[in-house]
Formats: sequence, structure tokens, C-alpha cells
Amino acid sequence: MVYLDNSATTKPWPEVLDAYYKAASDYFGNPSSLHHPGVEAETLLNKGRSAVAGLLRVRPEEIVFTSGGTESNNLAIKGIAFKHQERGKHLITSAVEHPSVKEAFMDLEEFGFEVTYLEADREGRISPENVVKAVREDTILVSLIHVNNELGTINPIEETARQLKQFPKLFFHTDHVQGAAHVPLDLSDVDLCSISAHKFHGLKGTGALFKKNGVFLSSLFHGGEQENAFRAGTENVPGITAMAKAFRLSEEKRQDENDRLQSLKIHLIRELQTMEEAEVNTPITGSAPHIVNVSFPGVKPEVLVQELTRQDIHVSTKSACSSKLEEPSAVIKAAGLGEERAWSALRISFSYETAEAEIEAAVTALQRIVPEMKKVMGEKK
Amino acid sequence: MRYDHILVRYGELALKGKNRAQFEKKLEQNIRFAVSGAPNCKVKRTFGRIMIELHGEPPTTVMEPLRHVFGISSFSLAMKAANKEEEIKETALQAFLQQSGAKKTFKVNARRSYKPFPISSQEMNQRIGGYVLKNTDNVTVDVHHPDIEINVEIREQGTFITCGRIEGAGGLPVGTAGKVMLMLSGGIDSPVAGYLALKRGAELEAVHFHSPPYTNERARKKVEDLTSVLTAFGGPVTLHVVPFTELQKAIHANIPSNYAMTIMRRMMLRITERIAEKRGIKALANGESLGQVASQTLESMHTINEVTNMPILRPLVTMDKQEVIDISDKIGTYPISILPYEDCCTIFLPSDSVTKPRRDKAARFEQAFDFEPYMEEAVENTEMMTFGRETKQSEQHMDDLL
Repeated sequence: MVYLDNSATTKPWPEVLDAYYKAASDYFGNPSSLHHPGVEAETLLNKGRSAVAGLLRVRPEEIVFTSGGTESNNLAIKGIAFKHQERGKHLITSAVEHPSVKEAFMDLEEFGFEVTYLEADREGRISPENVVKAVREDTILVSLIHVNNELGTINPIEETARQLKQFPKLFFHTDHVQGAAHVPLDLSDVDLCSISAHKFHGLKGTGALFKKNGVFLSSLFHGGEQENAFRAGTENVPGITAMAKAFRLSEEKRQDENDRLQSLKIHLIRELQTMEEAEVNTPITGSAPHIVNVSFPGVKPEVLVQELTRQDIHVSTKSACSSKLEEPSAVIKAAGLGEERAWSALRISFSYETAEAEIEAAVTALQRIVPEMKKVMGEKK
Repeated sequence: MRYDHILVRYGELALKGKNRAQFEKKLEQNIRFAVSGAPNCKVKRTFGRIMIELHGEPPTTVMEPLRHVFGISSFSLAMKAANKEEEIKETALQAFLQQSGAKKTFKVNARRSYKPFPISSQEMNQRIGGYVLKNTDNVTVDVHHPDIEINVEIREQGTFITCGRIEGAGGLPVGTAGKVMLMLSGGIDSPVAGYLALKRGAELEAVHFHSPPYTNERARKKVEDLTSVLTAFGGPVTLHVVPFTELQKAIHANIPSNYAMTIMRRMMLRITERIAEKRGIKALANGESLGQVASQTLESMHTINEVTNMPILRPLVTMDKQEVIDISDKIGTYPISILPYEDCCTIFLPSDSVTKPRRDKAARFEQAFDFEPYMEEAVENTEMMTFGRETKQSEQHMDDLL
């Protein structure tokens, strides 16, 4: 199997599953219980918290465990908006966000918030200057994606965060789901940051929100004092343990494998550029080492995905959270790359496990399939 | 060219003539322990300074633990250059450029302790200053209030260039003042007392009284966690957990309720003294503050203190509660201390405790019952564990999962 849809999800590592199993069986107590198994589960939970915090270079008490990226994004965005709405009701995000950010903002519009959706450049990037320009007296939140989930483009989050410090009234959130364990991010000037475990070989249903000390938000869930009352509900101790394990292993891999992935990406982009049907959407520099987005104008990407999967090569069209919808990629459209490219985009994403031979297999298959399809579909037009 | 060294300065040590070598050695050891999370670092002693070579370790992971090491007056990121004029000038420029924050004005402060270097300090100031001015825009010299002071130290091994400095924790290196036995309750005060004892160079061991099932397992966990936090300031700490239930029951059954607390504290002090003696420790420490609660009136201290003639350090004795809380917050023990688990002091204790107990009365009440076997048993069954060196076995299993 050639699995090249790692931005949708990754395969959990055996060590991670093993940690999950042991944590779930040896430390099954409820961390809030007074008895010994409860204390043990709580101890393990706190160790997991310290481990995740350490990898993000923040403090343990700044981590709120959640069910994943979508919840972290919703908690950050709605939590800040509802908590601080007396200060102002203006919010800023971009037109190239993941659906869990974009739709959270759209939902807030229903509640009387006003949202500015910043335009991106042709690489899908939002400049710090444009962010600063959009800030108003009543702006309380800015949320921007770090590594774009469709394009792989890296946004200058650290610089944006630094520049936004001149507005002490607003909070700055970043969606770091695709960046975690691939593109390091300094959170010193960031207020909130989302990560998700299954993007780095952890398990689905686990994630975290970094929330800087002193930042308060409304909770989405009520009913308990867990996670400092920011997220009620019995903690997923084995899932959190597995996440800490996966995060550590991935960070270790990053140290060794980052350059290899980076050259794999460049290799793939160059190969694709030799195909006359292809338009590569991912910039070769300033992008994450594991995502390549390419359009084959005139070819329906769903059909391409189907044909590739028949050959045991698995890629995706756009974000998994929107790929079942018959719509062009909103991200590519917003980057101004045109309708045609937005309708026909394919995303190829690696993990630290991806071998060069797999990339070769995908390229060979594409080189064969695309011209054929273009002929068939082209005739219909 | 990057910041690849950290220059550590120590103030008070320089004053201590005879002990100096021993103090420096201890400080070097403590720094090594503090930065052990960055294994590539090398810690070296040079004349009146300690130099940390980073060897690729990120400066922030090394600087954070350094801030907590007692005995350091300040430290700075440094760049090293060979003793050649051109290289020194270029390195100084880079050091200036890579400094963050405001840098409109600067001044150069060169010191040539290696006299064979042919250019005088004064002359170097001018040459380096000129070089920086030539290679920057809108930057001027201000010798009185510069944004950035470029310090250039020309030594035999090479020239070290630093910009700015970070305040150290002050105090004396832990271990230079011997060991004290801290009575650690789990509240806000006693960890702060421990911290302050560390600050004056004392190494710590800690005693905690645990009364299961009347005190909760979490209360004990809390004390273990507090002990762990304290290791950040001076290395490993051994914790002694005294099983106190039987003795407490005996007090409850045999002592008039208004004297129960006084007697309990006398017992605790006796037990602590015995453990300290066994461990070769010559002083005790606790978190008492004058007049704060009933057990901390002068009369109460007088009566309780009667049972030992070991010195008792009371670093908090003249502090206000808020001052203690501020330190507790700064050192990271506050969020643990305020967790709501009862310790052995709050259980069994009546509300009618005397605030002005008398020695003669306390002694008389104690004679009514033979507490000695209970104390012996408590000392005998005390559990000992060390934090900061190796993890507990049960936690090792957990750590393997992460």
C-alpha cells in the first residue's frame, strides 16, 4: 500500500498503540477519584500534560486536552469570542482556513459578531502587515492557520504574533494541526494554539489546546472541574498518554528525517512540473516538508483518486473535512489560483514513514493515468 | 556566527577568601545538574567565571534552568572570537545585531585581561565602536544610557563578547552550607522556607508526617510533588515520610484536647530531630511565621521548641503572608500547595487549642502516657525516597508509556 494522505490522518505507531493499551488497562481509574487507582491515573495524566507541554515549550498548566483539532479550534475561537464580547465583537481570520475554523467563525456571525476574512496571496500566505491593518478598536481575536492543510504553505505566525503584541486587547490563536511535529513553532507571543494527535501517528479523538496562562475563555462543555473547568468530562488518559508518546517520537523523527522529507517534497514537485498537465500549487520554499498540492486542470480529481486507490495508491482531493462535498477547493480559490485549479486539485502528503519508492510509484501512476483521462474527459467537453 | 556560549558570573562568592575554590566547584556541579537536560553542554571553570559551551543546544533550554541556580549573580549569552582584531570586531557586530529589543544606541566596554594582546582596552573600545557604526544604520553611541552594552573580554583562551545580562538567583551555591532537615507540610509556607534555606546554600532533606487513612493519598502525592519542585533549585532532595497515625491516635486518646496540638508538634519535632541525627544533619527548618496561627505565637514556639536543642531555621519568621505567597508563586509551589487536601495537622485537632501553652503543663501531660514506643515505631517505619536523581519505580513504568 502506498499511503500518501497523511494530512488526513496518519497510521498510529505500534509503540503508541502499546502505550494506549497499557495506560488503558494498568491505569484505568478516573483521575478525579480519591482512591489509589484514581491518584495513579491522575499522576499519569499530569505526566502526559508535562510531556506535551515540554514538546511545545510551554508550561503544563497551559495545556487543555480536547478531542482533537476541531474541538481545539472551536474552543479557542468560540471560547474567546463569548468570554470577551463586551470588549468588542470584531474577529479576524483568513479565507484559507480549515473548515473547523472557518465554520466556527461563520457560526459566530449568527451571534452578532463581525468577521473579517483576510485574503491570501497566491501561495496561500497572509502577511503580518495585512493582519495588523485589519485590526480595529473592537477586535478581540485573530485566528490564522500555521501550515495550510491543503497547500502546505507556512504562514509567518511568529512574526504576526510579535506584531500583534501592540494590541494588548486582542487574542491570537493559531491552528497548528498540520504544523505540529513538522514545522516547529515558537509560542512565546501566541495566546492559543491547536494540535491534534492523529496527524502525528497518535490516535483519533485526542488533541490539545495551548492556552497561555492568564487567558480566559468560555467553556464549550460544562459539568466538571476537569482541565481547570475549561473542558468538563472525564479525561481520556490512555489517549492523552498515547498522544504524548506519539508527539515525542514524531519530534525525534523530525530531528533525523526533516531533511529527507524536505528533499522528497522538492523531488516530487520537480517531477510533477515536468508533466505538462500539472500545475503545482504548493510553493517550493516556505512550505511544510510533507504536503504537495497539484492541479490537473480538466481532470476531475475524484476520478483520479478513485483510479489511484484501485492501484493501492492513496491520496486525497482537499481537506478530509470537506472532501466529500462536490465543491472546488475554497483554499485554492481564495489564493487566487483560479476556478479551474480549484476544481482539479490533488493533495499528496507524506509522513516520516514515507519512502522514496512510494513517491516514484505515485508519480509513475500519475504520468500514465492523467494523459489518458484527459483524453477521455477532454473529448466529452 | 551565533551565540554559542553562556558566561556565568557569581558575585558573593568572590568575597569568600578561603572557601572560594570549594564554592566554585560546588556551583559548577550544581550548574551541571541544572543543565543536564541539554546533554551536549560543557561546563567549564575559568578565572572568576563559569563558561557553558552550548555545542548546538538551544540557548533557551539552558538559560531557563540557570535562572534558578543559587550562587549565580548574572549570566549572558556570549560569542567567542580568536584574539585577532578583525575577528573581534566582526563578532562584536554580530553579537549586537543578533540581540533582540531596542538597539538604537550602544556602548563598547572592552577589557583586556590578556596583556600580550597588542591593543589597549581604550583603543579597542574605539575601534570596535567605529566598526559597529560603520556597519549599521541609525545607530549611535551613548556612553551613559546605551540600549545595549557590548562587553568584550580579551582573555588568554580567546575573546568573549556579550550583550546584556540576565539576573541570576543570587544567594550561595546549594551544598556549601551543609544540610538542613525541612519540615514539609504541603501548605504554602514550608516549601518557601525550604527554598530560602536553599538560597543560603543549605542542602535539603525533608520530613513529612502522614496519617493514613485520615489523610488522603493525594496529600502525600502533593508533598512528593512539592519536593520535586524544590529539586529545581539545588539538586536531589530526600523525603522522609513518617507514619503518624498511631501516635496521633494516642495523643487524641490521652491528652486534653486543648493541648493536643502543642503535644503533637512537640512529638513531630522530636521525631524530626531523631531522623536528622540519623542522617548526620545539624539543623532543622520550618515554615513558621510569627503570630500567624495559634501554634506560632511566641508562647507556643517556646513550648514546642523545648524538646530539641538543634537550631531551627525559620526563614519566614518575619514575613507577611502575602510575601510568602509571592515567593511561592514565583518558585512554582503555589498551585500545588493550594490543592485542597487535608494534612495531619488539620485532622484530629480540636477547635479549642490554647494559644499560649506552657512548658510545664505540656511536660506534665506527656508524662501521663508512654509515647516513646510510638515515636520509636514511627522513626523505624519512616519511608525514605529521593527526588531529582532517579524516578520512583512506579513512575518509571508511567514514564515508559510517554
